[in-house]
Amino acid sequence: MSEAVLYLDGVSVVFDGFRALNNLSLIVEAGELRAIIGPNGAGKTTMMDVITGKTRPTAGVVRFREHDLTKMDEATIANLGIGRKFQKPTMFDALTVFENLELALKAPRGPMACLRWTLSGEARRRIEAVMEEVGLSARAHDRAAILSHGQRQWLEIGMLLMQDPELLLVDEPVAGMTDQETEHTAALLVRIAGQRSVVVVEHDLEFVRALGSKVTVLCEGTMLSEGSIDHVQNDPRVIEVYLGR
Amino acid sequence: MKHFILVLGVLLWLALPARAQDAFTAALPGLAGGFGDIATSVEQLGTAGDPRALPLLRALQEGKLQKAPDGRILLPQGADLADAATGQPADAAGAETVRLNNRVRQALRGALGRLQLVSPDAAERAAAADAIFRSRSADDVKPLQTAIARESDAGVRARMELALAAAQLVAPDESAKRDAIARLGAAGTVEARALLLEARTANPGLITAIDVSIASIERTLSLRQAAETLFQGLSLGSVLLLAALGLAVTFGVMGVINMAHGEFVMLGAYATFMVQEACRGIPWLAPWSLPLSVPAAFLIAAAAGAALERGLIRHIYGRPLETLLMTFGVGMILQQAVRLAFGAQNREVSSPPWMQGTLMLPGGISVTQNRLWIIVFGIAVLLLVVAAIRFTRFGLEMRAVVQNRRIAATMGIRTGRVDALTFAFGSGIAGMAGVALSQIDNVSPNLGTGYIIDSFMVVVFGGVGSLAGTLVGALTLGVVNKVLEPYAGAVLAKVFVLVAIMLFIQRRPRGLFALKGRAAES
Amino acid sequence: MSASLAAPAPGGFGRMSLRLVLIGALLLLALLPVLNRLPADSALHVSDFIVSVSGKWITYAILALAIDLAWGYAGILSLGHGAFFALGGYAIGMHLMRLIGPRGVYGHPTLPDFMVFLGYKELPWYWSGFDHFPFAILMAVAVPGLLAGIVGFLAFRSRITGVYLSIITQALTYALMLAFFRNDMGFGGNNGFTDFKELLGMPLNTPSARSTLFYASLLLLLGALWLCGWIARSKLGRVLVAIRDAESRVRFLGYDVTQHKLFVFVLSAMIAGLAGALYVPQVGIINPGEFSPGNSIEAVIWVAVGGRGTLVGALLGAFSVNALKTWLTTVAPDLWLFALGGLFVAVTLFLPRGLIGLFSKAAK
Repeated sequence: MSEAVLYLDGVSVVFDGFRALNNLSLIVEAGELRAIIGPNGAGKTTMMDVITGKTRPTAGVVRFREHDLTKMDEATIANLGIGRKFQKPTMFDALTVFENLELALKAPRGPMACLRWTLSGEARRRIEAVMEEVGLSARAHDRAAILSHGQRQWLEIGMLLMQDPELLLVDEPVAGMTDQETEHTAALLVRIAGQRSVVVVEHDLEFVRALGSKVTVLCEGTMLSEGSIDHVQNDPRVIEVYLGR
Repeated sequence: MKHFILVLGVLLWLALPARAQDAFTAALPGLAGGFGDIATSVEQLGTAGDPRALPLLRALQEGKLQKAPDGRILLPQGADLADAATGQPADAAGAETVRLNNRVRQALRGALGRLQLVSPDAAERAAAADAIFRSRSADDVKPLQTAIARESDAGVRARMELALAAAQLVAPDESAKRDAIARLGAAGTVEARALLLEARTANPGLITAIDVSIASIERTLSLRQAAETLFQGLSLGSVLLLAALGLAVTFGVMGVINMAHGEFVMLGAYATFMVQEACRGIPWLAPWSLPLSVPAAFLIAAAAGAALERGLIRHIYGRPLETLLMTFGVGMILQQAVRLAFGAQNREVSSPPWMQGTLMLPGGISVTQNRLWIIVFGIAVLLLVVAAIRFTRFGLEMRAVVQNRRIAATMGIRTGRVDALTFAFGSGIAGMAGVALSQIDNVSPNLGTGYIIDSFMVVVFGGVGSLAGTLVGALTLGVVNKVLEPYAGAVLAKVFVLVAIMLFIQRRPRGLFALKGRAAES
Repeated sequence: MSASLAAPAPGGFGRMSLRLVLIGALLLLALLPVLNRLPADSALHVSDFIVSVSGKWITYAILALAIDLAWGYAGILSLGHGAFFALGGYAIGMHLMRLIGPRGVYGHPTLPDFMVFLGYKELPWYWSGFDHFPFAILMAVAVPGLLAGIVGFLAFRSRITGVYLSIITQALTYALMLAFFRNDMGFGGNNGFTDFKELLGMPLNTPSARSTLFYASLLLLLGALWLCGWIARSKLGRVLVAIRDAESRVRFLGYDVTQHKLFVFVLSAMIAGLAGALYVPQVGIINPGEFSPGNSIEAVIWVAVGGRGTLVGALLGAFSVNALKTWLTTVAPDLWLFALGGLFVAVTLFLPRGLIGLFSKAAK
């Protein structure tokens, strides 16, 4: 049995009496690629919020390696090596593609360090490599504000790569992408997994199938089923709440 | 038994004037005699308590009382003289002035004081009691007791009681002294304490009793002070509530930050001033100008608010910092416009007669009437706002637009109109706050600036978007301010409250009554 | 979005020419005291009034830079920067009061006149050290910095942003104003400090003192411009812009937003404090009115008029609005507040990027 990177046990989140997460448990191992699916309101995004420190769980254990994430703020968690791509691509519109990636690049994050920061040749090469990977080389000096929706998705994936995290949380990466881009993304995520752990939340079942990974189905804030895509697609409970309709 | 006492009392009361009349007529001849006789007569007249004695003794004091050669006493009536005993006009021939010496004058002073105790005018009776309190002598005990038994006005009686205790403390009767000390202790006033402290040196034998009474007074006084501080705090809190309620609507519900809110309060105060000036010439209307100015102030401020929202604010929805700057500019323009129109000096809005004066609550707690009215007004406006939001069509549409603008629009609600009305509503409440402020503060162009920051503090402290939070926040800030004032002074109390709010926000960034998932910006 | 000096600007002809105009304007400004020394009948002679008024405006421009750094870059709209400016002014004012020595009306060797008048027997402890110029300057920087540090820490840590922060800072300056109005604070109460005699051995109100202070202000302006420019061009500048536009996203990238905001807020307060320290000897008076919330918000409108998020804009706004104010308050004093209020409205409605936005549009 390999080492657990992410460990959630009995996690509940209650907003004003509404249970967004209900006794959720989840283990992601080192180098694993995990897909998470579930109907709207199943708690997928809330789970991401809990892991990244945006939302505090009402109860339960959330660990990243030996670190207790429930006591940390977003920045500390990010610096531990957890990167997140948001469902709605968010970046810094006033900055260029290059600058967005530069901000994401793993480097000292303090104010003085940022003030003294100079772009080394190696850092520049890494940024250029990532721009190549996400197909934005031609737009390096365009403001993020003028990118198309698909390009914004790519830029955010690029920012995630720049952070060089140990665990990537990817929320709906292929919304608004062409079929070709979707394939490209799937290949990219499969390649990343292995050295890092990746958790992908997605609606697009073809994409999940292309990932070929273990799948967790969430429903009403709790885990409904877990296994291969074929396994969960044949699970009667899953069919009832999600797939079978 | 009870009935018997009652009947006896009535009989005594009926008998009193008759007896007095006899005494009055009987004392008259003495006035024609020598100084000794005059003084005796004066004393007799003083204790008789006849209503005719007062003008007679006054005439004597002023040197206008005449005696006829036949010994009848003549009282000036207009230009003529009248017989003091019968009231019939009398011949002035041969009459001469009744003379006074020091002994008579002294007797006169005492007699007049006692007579005033039974004067029909309450103010005169109170003045007499105060005069006796100052010049107290053992002789005053009896007339005071008589007067107290007949006194119907509680305020005057309290002063008579004080004078009686003072007189008893200088009288030789030891048990009466102890009784007076106990009664003074129960009275629990500052004057009673001063009197006891004075008696402490003169009566070494009674020190223990006096000290017990003083301690009891001090307890009463500190309790009363606490009650009065609480009242002042609640009244300040109501002012803050009035100023903040409008903000709770425009900032809390709509998320629009309006720095001109204070100027809308100021407009309301000037509206009050204008209504007062308009009513000045109509005597039957003048006392009611203040209630009349409530709708006037509401309408003027609401119109200004609607114009501001439709003309300017709606163009920059979703940009709170810009809205803040812009509305600050609007506030500046409004201030300057009012300054040019009305002048920079303070304008006086007077309180109607039914709001003046102080009210004595049980326990000797005195509250000023206008502050009391402001508390009542604040609560009334709060209830009005709650009712408008809960129970009216407009309130329903307003809540719908706040919760989901798009869906509200698809259901046929004209969201633009609702925005304008909501903003006008909040601004109108500010105008009503101005009516209340005109009663306790100077009406000047920068009236609003002093309140705007406090009101924002109330809204932030109470929780944005929660009327209950606004109520609790306003009352808390008001009371805390007033409680701190004696120790720290008004300014440092303000600074302290500000620091406390900043620390409070550390623990509850969204205020006391935080609404989840909604804020001016996320 | 706002045009920042930070962004690499391929083909930014408008920005280049703006920078040239700025350099030209600053050179012209530097010439003013020289022209003042020309004989009065010379065509190029510049009056004392112009020199002293522009010296004052330079300190305003520094304040505008400080506000722009916090607001234009990091999105922190402080409505209390006038407080930092005034605190700097009070620090140097205390030094100037101590330098009066026995030349006061009451002739007391150490106590300033107002303390003699109020019956002080000795200097309060917090007045010690202010007889040394370096200490006073240090305090003019440190006190605003410390205050900004405390307020900023409390506010940023609990994620008070946007209008909430603006209101808190406004309440801060309001509370300070009330406090400084009090006689028992030991800062001269209502009247503040005035009747200064000298600074660094140089009698005030002489042409040479005027030009020295003028050049000191200009030097500080250049220094602040350089510092802000450095920050704006650095990665820190980009982080600040990122915080301004999407604060929580920056957190998920691993940046401690509180630290960055605190850094820029404290720095901005310190710059404002220094500006105040140069302002007071030039105008010869400091009183609690400087703390009034109106002053702070007026300074914010300079930046808005010029164009926030651009350093040149802050300078442009400070000079142009104050020129308008000086002109209008002499011609039609009643109209000034209408004009200022109108500026607030017009800029937010029609010129969200300020005059600079207008120029760069025209340049394209």
